[in-house]
Amino acid sequence: MKCIAFIQTKGGQATKASLEAAGFATRIGETVAVVSGDLNGDGGLGAVGVNRVLQGAGDLDDSQLGRLVSAAAQQEDASTVVCAQDHLGKSVAGRVAVRLGAGLVAGVTAAPEGDSYTRNVFSGKATAQIKGNTDKLVVTTTPNAIGMPAPAAGTAAIEAFNADLGERKVNILEAAAPSSGGRAPLPEAELVVSAGRGMKGPENWGLIEDLADAVGATTACSRPVSDIGWRPHHEHVGQTGIAIRPNLYIAIGISGAIQHLAGVNGSKVIVVVNKDPEAPFFKAADYGIVGDAFDVVPKLTEAFKAL
Amino acid sequence: MDPFRIGRASGINFAASKDNFCSLAFTAKGMEFLVCISKAPDTTTRIAFTDGDTRFNEEGVQFIVNPYDEWYALVRALEIVEAQGGKVVIASVGGADCDPILRKALAIGAHEAVRIDAQPQDAMQVAAEIAAYAKGQSFDAILCGKETIDHNSSAVPAMIAEHLDVPCIALATSLDYTDGHAVLTRETATGIEKISVNGAFVLSAAKGMAEQRIPNMRGIMAARSKPLQVVAAQGAATGTSIEHFALPPEKEGVKLVDADNPAELVRLLREEAKVI
Ligand SMILES: Cc1cc2nc3c(=O)[nH]c(=O)nc-3n(C[C@H](O)[C@H](O)[C@H](O)COP(=O)(O)OP(=O)(O)OC[C@H]3O[C@@H](n4cnc5c(N)ncnc54)[C@H](O)[C@@H]3O)c2cc1C
Ligand SMILES: Nc1ncnc2c1ncn2[C@@H]1O[C@H](COP(=O)(O)O)[C@@H](O)[C@H]1O
Repeated sequence: MKCIAFIQTKGGQATKASLEAAGFATRIGETVAVVSGDLNGDGGLGAVGVNRVLQGAGDLDDSQLGRLVSAAAQQEDASTVVCAQDHLGKSVAGRVAVRLGAGLVAGVTAAPEGDSYTRNVFSGKATAQIKGNTDKLVVTTTPNAIGMPAPAAGTAAIEAFNADLGERKVNILEAAAPSSGGRAPLPEAELVVSAGRGMKGPENWGLIEDLADAVGATTACSRPVSDIGWRPHHEHVGQTGIAIRPNLYIAIGISGAIQHLAGVNGSKVIVVVNKDPEAPFFKAADYGIVGDAFDVVPKLTEAFKAL
Repeated sequence: MDPFRIGRASGINFAASKDNFCSLAFTAKGMEFLVCISKAPDTTTRIAFTDGDTRFNEEGVQFIVNPYDEWYALVRALEIVEAQGGKVVIASVGGADCDPILRKALAIGAHEAVRIDAQPQDAMQVAAEIAAYAKGQSFDAILCGKETIDHNSSAVPAMIAEHLDVPCIALATSLDYTDGHAVLTRETATGIEKISVNGAFVLSAAKGMAEQRIPNMRGIMAARSKPLQVVAAQGAATGTSIEHFALPPEKEGVKLVDADNPAELVRLLREEAKVI
C-alpha cells in the first residue's frame, strides 16, 4: 500500500500536526509527502520515515492544494491520502476525497489497525470504528492524538512536482499573527490552562496568564466567559467551541457542564481547581484541588516556577 | 467584474438566473444564500447505542438544529439579507424526522426550506446531494456550520465546494459584502487572515460569525406557512461506513491534593502522570 501525506509547513518545517499525519501514513505503507512551497532541508520529514517529498508551487489556495495533492495521489497510485485534521487539512481532505472519489475518515485518534479507523463522535462522548467503502481513502488525523513514530535516521529526497492547479480564487487582503500569540494554537497545544466564570471578571485573568506562562501552556476558557466578552472567542473550548486534547488540561473555576466536557475529555490528564467539592468537573478529573482560585492559583504558579 | 464567472466557467448553474449586471442584480434581487442545516442530538444528551453498538439510540433523545448551523451560519445569512435584501434558503439532507428542525430554522427567519429526502450516512453522500441541488440554483454563497456535533467531521463544506468548483472558506469568523464583494476573516494555524473571494463560494462558520437568535412567537407562527419543499435525493454513494460505536472508558476517580500544598500537585504531574 502506498500513501500520500499532505504536509503543511511553517518557516520551511513541517508542522507538528503534519508530522503526526505523515508518521501515521508510514504505518499504513510507503509514504510520499506533498508540500507546497519552500522547505528547509527535508522539513523534518525523513525523521518520521518519509523517503520522498513532492514539492509543488507555493502560495496556493485550498482548491489548488486539493488539485496538487490529488495529482500526486494519482501519479503515485496511492491507496490512502493522509493529512492533519487542522484548519487547512479540513479543506484539503474534503476536496481530495471528491476529486479521487474516495471516502473520507476525518479526525482519526488512534494508530491504524488494518482497514478500520478509530475516531471520536458525539463531540468526544463516544468513539466509532470506521471503514472505507471505496478503493481509495482519505484519512485525517486529529492533532496531538496519535504519537510520533520512533525517529528514523533517513533524509527525504525532494522532487519538484507540477500539476494543473487551476487559478487562485481566494485573495488574502491582510494577515496577522495568530491570536494565540507566541503560544501553541489551542487545537495542537500539549498544555492548556483554562478558566471559567469562577474567575469573576476579566480583570482577574492576569492570574491565569501567569499560571499559563509558568506551565508553558496555551490559555482557554468556558463558553460563558467568551460569550460575555471576558475572553476572545477563539479561546472557547467545548462542544460548541474548539475540541482539544492536550496532555494536560488545568481547569480553574469551571463547573464541568456536559457541553464543556465534550470538548476537553480527550485530554490525557485533567486537573480541576474549584471551590465547590460537588462541582461535576471533579468526576471527570484525574487530579483536583478543592479551594478558592484566588488563593490556589498564585501558589500553583509559584510551584510550577520552582520546577 | 463578474462574480459568477467561476460558477459558469465550470458549468455550474449557480448564476443561471443572474446576468453580468451583478451590481444591478444586487439591488434588484439582493443576496441569495443557501444554509446547510443538520439535525443533531441536544448537547446534554447522554449518548447510548443499540443493535450491538452499531446504531445511535435515539430513544428519548431531544433533537436540535446543529448549533454551528443555527447560531452562526443561519443568523449571519439572515443579517446580511435583512440589510441588503434577498432570501435565505435552508437545506437539509434527511428524512421526515428533520422537518421540525427545518421549521425551527424557518421560525428564526429563513425564507424557504428544502429537504433532500435521504437518510444521511456520511459526508461524501451528504455533500454530493447538496451540491446536486445547488447546481441548478443561483446562490451567492452556501453557508455551513463548522461541524456537526454528532459526526464532527468538518468535511461536508469542502466537499460541496469541490463538487461546485468554488472556493471553500473553512472556519470563517466573519462575512461582509462591500460593493458586492465578499470579504471574510478566518483564523488558521499560521495567523488571522482577511480575505476576499470573487464569485460564489462555500463557507463553514465558526464562533464570532454571529450571535444566537431565539425565535419569537411571530416567527414561530410565520414558519408554519413558509414553504418546505421535499425533493428526491440523487442516491449519492457513501464513502465510509460505521462498524461500531464505543463509549470511552470511565475515569478512575480524582486524586485530591490539599489546597495548601500545590507543590504536591506539581510533583504528581511530573512523577506520576508524567505530563510535564
Ligand atoms: C447548546 C449549548 C452548548 C454549549 N456549549 C458549551 C461549550 O462548548 N463550552 C462550554 O464551556 N460551555 C458550553 N455550554 C454552557 C455550559 O452548559 C455551562 O453553562 C458552562 O460550561 C458553564 O461555564 P462555567 O463553568 O465557566 O460557569 P459556571 O457554571 O458558573 O461555573 C463556575 C464554577 O466556578 C466555581 N467557582 C466560583 N468561584 C470560584 C472561586 N473563587 N474559586 C474556584 N472556583 C470557583 C463554581 O463552584 C463553579 O463550579 C453550552 C450550553 C448549551 C446550552
Ligand atoms: N445532513 C445534512 N444536511 C444538511 N447539511 C449538513 C448535513 N450534514 C452536515 N451538513 C452541513 O455540513 C456541516 C459540517 O458537517 P460535518 O462535515 O458532518 O461535520 C454542518 O455544520 C452542516 O452545515
